[in-house]
Amino acid sequence: MIREPLIFEISDSGKKGFLLPKLDVPVIDDILKDIPSREEIDGFPEVSETEVVRHFTRLSQKNFCIDLGFYPLGSCTMKYNPKINEKLASTNEFLRSHPEASEELTQGSLKILKITEELLMNITGMDAYTLQPSAGAQGELVGMLLIRACLEERGNPRKIVLIPDSAHGTNPSSAHVCGYRVQEIKSNESGTVDVEDLTKNMTEDVAALMVTNPNTLGIFETDIKKISEIVHAKGGFVYMDGANMNALIGMCKPGDMGVDVIHLNLHKTFSTPHGGGGPGSGPVGVKEELEPYLPFPIIEIKNGIFHLNIKRPKSIGRVRGFHGNFLVNLKAMVYILSLGPGGLKEISEVAVLNSNYIRKSLENDYHLKYETPTLHECVFSDKIQKKDGINNIDIAKRLIDYDVHPPTMSFPLIVQGALMIEPTETESKRDLDRFIEAMKQIAQESKNNPEVLKNAPHVSYVRRLDETSAARNSVLRWHKNRNDKEQES
Amino acid sequence: MSYISLSEKDRKEMLDTIGISSVDELFRSIPDNLKIKQKLNVPEALTEPELARKIEEIANQNSYHHFLSFLGAGAYSHVIPSVVDYLSSRGEFLSPYTPYQPEVSQGTLQIIFEFQTLICQLTGMDIANASLYDGASGAAEAALMAHRLKSRSKILVAKSIHPQYRDVIQTYTRNLDLSVEEIAYSDRGEVDYEDLNKKLDEDTSAVLIQSPNFFGVIEQLDNISALTHERQALSVVVVAEPVSLGILEAPGNLGADIVTGEGQSFGLPLSFGGPYLGFMACQKEFVRQFPGRIAGETKDVDGKRGFVLTLSTREQHIRRERATSNICTNQAWCALRATIFMELLGKKGLKELAWQNLQKAHYTLDKITQIKGIKTRFMGVCFNEFVLEFEKPWADIDTFLQEKGIIGGLSFEDSYPELANCVLVCVTESHTKEDIDRFVGHLKEACQ
Repeated sequence: MIREPLIFEISDSGKKGFLLPKLDVPVIDDILKDIPSREEIDGFPEVSETEVVRHFTRLSQKNFCIDLGFYPLGSCTMKYNPKINEKLASTNEFLRSHPEASEELTQGSLKILKITEELLMNITGMDAYTLQPSAGAQGELVGMLLIRACLEERGNPRKIVLIPDSAHGTNPSSAHVCGYRVQEIKSNESGTVDVEDLTKNMTEDVAALMVTNPNTLGIFETDIKKISEIVHAKGGFVYMDGANMNALIGMCKPGDMGVDVIHLNLHKTFSTPHGGGGPGSGPVGVKEELEPYLPFPIIEIKNGIFHLNIKRPKSIGRVRGFHGNFLVNLKAMVYILSLGPGGLKEISEVAVLNSNYIRKSLENDYHLKYETPTLHECVFSDKIQKKDGINNIDIAKRLIDYDVHPPTMSFPLIVQGALMIEPTETESKRDLDRFIEAMKQIAQESKNNPEVLKNAPHVSYVRRLDETSAARNSVLRWHKNRNDKEQES
Repeated sequence: MSYISLSEKDRKEMLDTIGISSVDELFRSIPDNLKIKQKLNVPEALTEPELARKIEEIANQNSYHHFLSFLGAGAYSHVIPSVVDYLSSRGEFLSPYTPYQPEVSQGTLQIIFEFQTLICQLTGMDIANASLYDGASGAAEAALMAHRLKSRSKILVAKSIHPQYRDVIQTYTRNLDLSVEEIAYSDRGEVDYEDLNKKLDEDTSAVLIQSPNFFGVIEQLDNISALTHERQALSVVVVAEPVSLGILEAPGNLGADIVTGEGQSFGLPLSFGGPYLGFMACQKEFVRQFPGRIAGETKDVDGKRGFVLTLSTREQHIRRERATSNICTNQAWCALRATIFMELLGKKGLKELAWQNLQKAHYTLDKITQIKGIKTRFMGVCFNEFVLEFEKPWADIDTFLQEKGIIGGLSFEDSYPELANCVLVCVTESHTKEDIDRFVGHLKEACQ
């Protein structure tokens, strides 16, 4: 593959990649005479349009992506991103809509948001939604702020948030930003919330339980109603992390489980592109009791006209500028409308079928810590391969040689050497079988030829990268005065 | 529509492999009393042509785009080169996730590394992150970061910072042991130096100012930073209109410790407010408290240069509740668009863009202030926005202008009640002289 230099390394003085029309107003001199200004931006590149296009096209070829192949990154729901969503999100009337334009001139944009809210309410059984949060983690923060605001009004914000030890790292982090101390709840031998441990820890100092359902092991919390009752009995709230909602669409509704607040990840369940790490969207749904605290603006409809309400005395306030990641919400709306009730239910049916097919096919080759039935994802570990000195990272890197994106490995923390596999519903059986075959071959290789795993990947643009020295040396930007040789190597 | 790739035969074979006869058996862990008995209450599925018609019908209920508009206020109408749309729509950029596996994500990682470099060059700082959600949440993250670094009981926030950014700072800090105080603005529309001097004490962690500020006025960053440092507090500079950095001195060279802002101006359409692009940069001594993803350079086993996400011990997936921020997914694809935009315009282009914004705004200002019944509210030097004060009620003038197909600006009625009958006007390179002269002409009629 062609080596691609940094843009700064191909920059040459005087080149231009874009021309503005000539200034058509008379020049006024000395506007900035008392203001510190600059002649030029030191180090900024100077390249032609052709060079820019080649640069980014070549860089694009160094990315693996859903459009290229199987991407079973657990808890990230890497499903196919429908192209009609992109096309309709580039409708001129939406792209050119200014967020500060009056309601009267932006009724179409407001209607999109309102329809999206209502669709999400019906899918999850919640009473109201805000589409403000930009991603899941911001949704979590909003959810915790809502709970805190409501408890404060009741007279005591409380101190603790309970979080199962299988949770994603953003859960404890979001609770902390909201001023809560995190208390971990143990998982039992089936990989679900230990109800006894929960009961013991659920005191009147606890503001909320943050629970992911199905959890990060792919296991449905069968006792969810009982869990909610335990939390509610002590005056706490149940927060559901909806990252794994792809397993439940059309099957059951969080609103029926005793969940008081939920966030969804539109870039996961609702097919909007992950974009290399965003933009996402993390709508938050609530039960009636928490509705008054939702961040503003709130979209209201009176006599068929949409209005933005910012005068909400109990609101937690504003959580980001303007109206959320509007275009992402629009894409999710298009996706829901394109599938309808039957197509939505088919998402979870096939996502769960695909995951269980993989689980069954690999259960003799890889260790499964929990035998409990799973829904949309399954978590194997490297326990069997460890005997040959092979860990989950070696397995993951070798998968790259088989043209598959590695699974999630950084969590759940309760499975050592985790390989969290989420196929999603959009994969063909042929791709699933190729993955299964690759995993089986890797299991063989770990016995017969462990070196090939330890040195993997072999065919990628770069081979295994030294992450330790990256952190130690911290080269976080290009510098023009750095030794040219060093840059070239 | 359906995006399922299994045939009936596939399903049958897969069920056989699992050893069950129906998919329903896989959902046995969901108690019966939770299972939905009816189908979801959402409209029946639509095909592509039907969807396109439906969306077009809703889109037609927007009419803003028919107007000649002078709205800015944190969302700017700038040129977007076709290369930006063309390249950013590639599936290789849209359809991967966060580059957790660097060996198959060198495209995204190198682009983040270039983005970080460009942001450092623009702001005059040592390090930048891969992006934050938007300018408002960026300002809030900067406030939290400064609070972690100094652990004092208050931060000062200029009242001339974007009102929505101030709102978000309030929301993010409301449960911390931290008070947020506002610094008044002067007659020049700049930070009131006396008020700052009075409020800036040993309990202050940081001073947050925006430049150009919400009134469009360029702040005297060097003086403010010097005073801030005298009291051992941190100087945080917010930039809502980064095009200004094409011509103004980098905040890092004027004493800023942290620079954060909104990158929408660089290749992102208005889009009713999102997705936009938060950016943040700081001096390297503060890196341990810096939020968000960061890409760094390293080598592979053959010694070949490559890029990885680094310094992740600051982040939630490792540090959990002790992380520097809860942020995970950010705005990577928006940062990609901004990177393409900045590299395409380059050194000359960005300067020219900034210069044209400055010149066109001042040409407009010069013409408007010759109209009887309108004056500039503030004397400070502005970049591409300015505040006008009207003798006649703005509501009447606004109605008159709209009848002529013009949105004249943003009223301060809600955000600054004390600035009654004042309006924020934004002029960019997207306005031609003809547009401006038409606007000025109608303003003159409206004021008669």
